[in-house]
Amino acid sequence: MTALLRTEGVRKAYGGVRALDSCTVEVDEGSVAGLIGPNGSGKTTLFNVITGYAKADAGHVYLGDARITNVPPDRVFALGIGRTFQLTRIFASLTVLENMLVASPNGHAAARRRAMEQLEFVGIAGHHAALAGTLSYGQRKLLELAYVLVADPAVVLLDEPAGGVNLSLVNTIADRIRELNAAGKTFLIVEHNMEFVMGLCDRVTVLDSGSVVAAGPPAIIRTDRRVLNAYLGEDLPDDDPHPEERP
Amino acid sequence: MTEAGARPRPVLEITDLVAGYGGGDVLRGVTLEVPPAGITCVVGPNGAGKSTLLSAVSGLLRPRLGSIVLNGDDITGLPPRQVLRRGVVQVPQNHSLFRDMTVRENIELGGYILGDRVLTAQRAATVLGMFPDIAGWSGKKAGSLSGGQQRLVEFARALMLEPRLLLLDEPSMGLAPRVLRTVFDAIRQMSAAGVTILLVEQNARAGLRLSSRGVVMESGRVRLSGTGREVLENPEIGALYLGGAVRAD
Repeated sequence: MTALLRTEGVRKAYGGVRALDSCTVEVDEGSVAGLIGPNGSGKTTLFNVITGYAKADAGHVYLGDARITNVPPDRVFALGIGRTFQLTRIFASLTVLENMLVASPNGHAAARRRAMEQLEFVGIAGHHAALAGTLSYGQRKLLELAYVLVADPAVVLLDEPAGGVNLSLVNTIADRIRELNAAGKTFLIVEHNMEFVMGLCDRVTVLDSGSVVAAGPPAIIRTDRRVLNAYLGEDLPDDDPHPEERP
Repeated sequence: MTEAGARPRPVLEITDLVAGYGGGDVLRGVTLEVPPAGITCVVGPNGAGKSTLLSAVSGLLRPRLGSIVLNGDDITGLPPRQVLRRGVVQVPQNHSLFRDMTVRENIELGGYILGDRVLTAQRAATVLGMFPDIAGWSGKKAGSLSGGQQRLVEFARALMLEPRLLLLDEPSMGLAPRVLRTVFDAIRQMSAAGVTILLVEQNARAGLRLSSRGVVMESGRVRLSGTGREVLENPEIGALYLGGAVRAD
C-alpha cells in the first residue's frame, strides 16, 4: 500500500507553544487510520494544518504525489480531503436537508437526490425537514458526516466522531465508516474512545507534545509502554516519588 | 473522636452515584471515599466522568441516583450555594478570576458569603500569608497574571472559606511544564495545612505521586483505587487507558 495522505516533518507553534514538532504521519490508501494522544498533544492542530485551517511553520503535506502544504481550506476540500469538526459546525436554523445543500444552493434535483441518499446512508433521512438545531448531538455528527460525503472526498478526516455521542449512535457511526471503507474510502480519525479507535483502525499513530511517539496496528499500540506513558503524563522535575512513605 | 485503631470517618462518602446530562448517564454508579486531611486524586481517560463527579459533589449537577455524604450529612442534590455553605469549595477547570479586578479583590470575593468585612480581611491576610508570592501581586489586575499565577490566586480565593473539602478540577490544564511544579507545590502546601483535597488531574503520574489516595475512573465507574503509588503501579491502569495490558514505567 502507498500513502494517500502524508505529513512530513510538520512543525507548528502558537506563540511560544510548540503544537507540532517534526510530525510525520502516513495514511495508506484504503485504510482507516487513527490519530490518538493525550489532550493538547496536537491532534486537531495536525488536522488544521492538513486541511489548510492552520499554516505549517515547516514541513509538508502531501495528497498522493501532490504537495498541498498551506493550500487554503476550500482548495483542500476540492482536492479531495473532507473533514468534520470536534464541535459540529452545522446551521442550526436551517433544515437538515438545507444544511446538505448549502454548498449547492441552486437546489438541482441531482444535488437533492444525492443529499437524500447520504442522509439515508447515515440514518437521519427521516429528519430531513427538521431544523438541524433540533437534532441530538450524535445526529449532528451524522449530519456532518453526510455533508462531507456529498463531495465524495478521497480522504475523510473525522475529529472525535464518537465524542459525546451515545453508545448506539457510536456503533452506527462505526458501522458507516466500515461500510465506506469497504467501498474504498480512506479515513483518518481523531478519537479518545479507545474501543472505537482500536476496533476500527488498521493503524494508529500516537502523538504526545506534538511529536509522534508510536505508530502501528492497534494490538501493538495498546501494549506499547511509550503510549501509556504519554497518557499518564510526565513526572515533574524533582518529584517525590513516594509521598505516602513520608512521616 | 474515633476509637483507637478505628478508621477516621471519611470527609466525603459517595455511594452508587448516577448522574449525567440530557440523554445519558456519565456517572454509572460511582462509589468512593475521601479520607480527611489528604489528597485523593481521581484520574482516568477522557470522558471517564471525572469532572462530572466534581460537578455532582459541588451541586452544579443534580445526581439521578445514589448519595453524597459530607462529614455525615447527606448533601445529595443540594443546590451549589448550600453545598458551598457546608464547606465544599470548587476550583473549576477554566480560569475563573475577574480579570479587571485586582488580585486582592478577587481573593476577598472568595469570602463573599461570609458577609463580614472584618472576618474577610482577617482571612485574606491569612491566605496571603500562606502564599507570599501572591502578596506581591495583590494590586495587579488578575487578567495581567500568567496562567500559573492565576491558578494560585484561584487556590487562595478558595481558601477564604476555610473549606472542609477542596475540589480541584484539572489544575494543570493548559499550563506550561515549568509552571506545573509551582501549582503542584501549592496543592501540596494546602494539603500540609490540613485542607482535605479531592483532585481531578489529567497528568495522572504527577497527580498520583502527589496524592495519598488514587482512584482511576473509566466509563463512569471507579475501576481501581488504592494509595497513589499502588494505583500507578497497578498493571491494569494500562488497560483502562488504552484497552490493552501494559505496565507504566
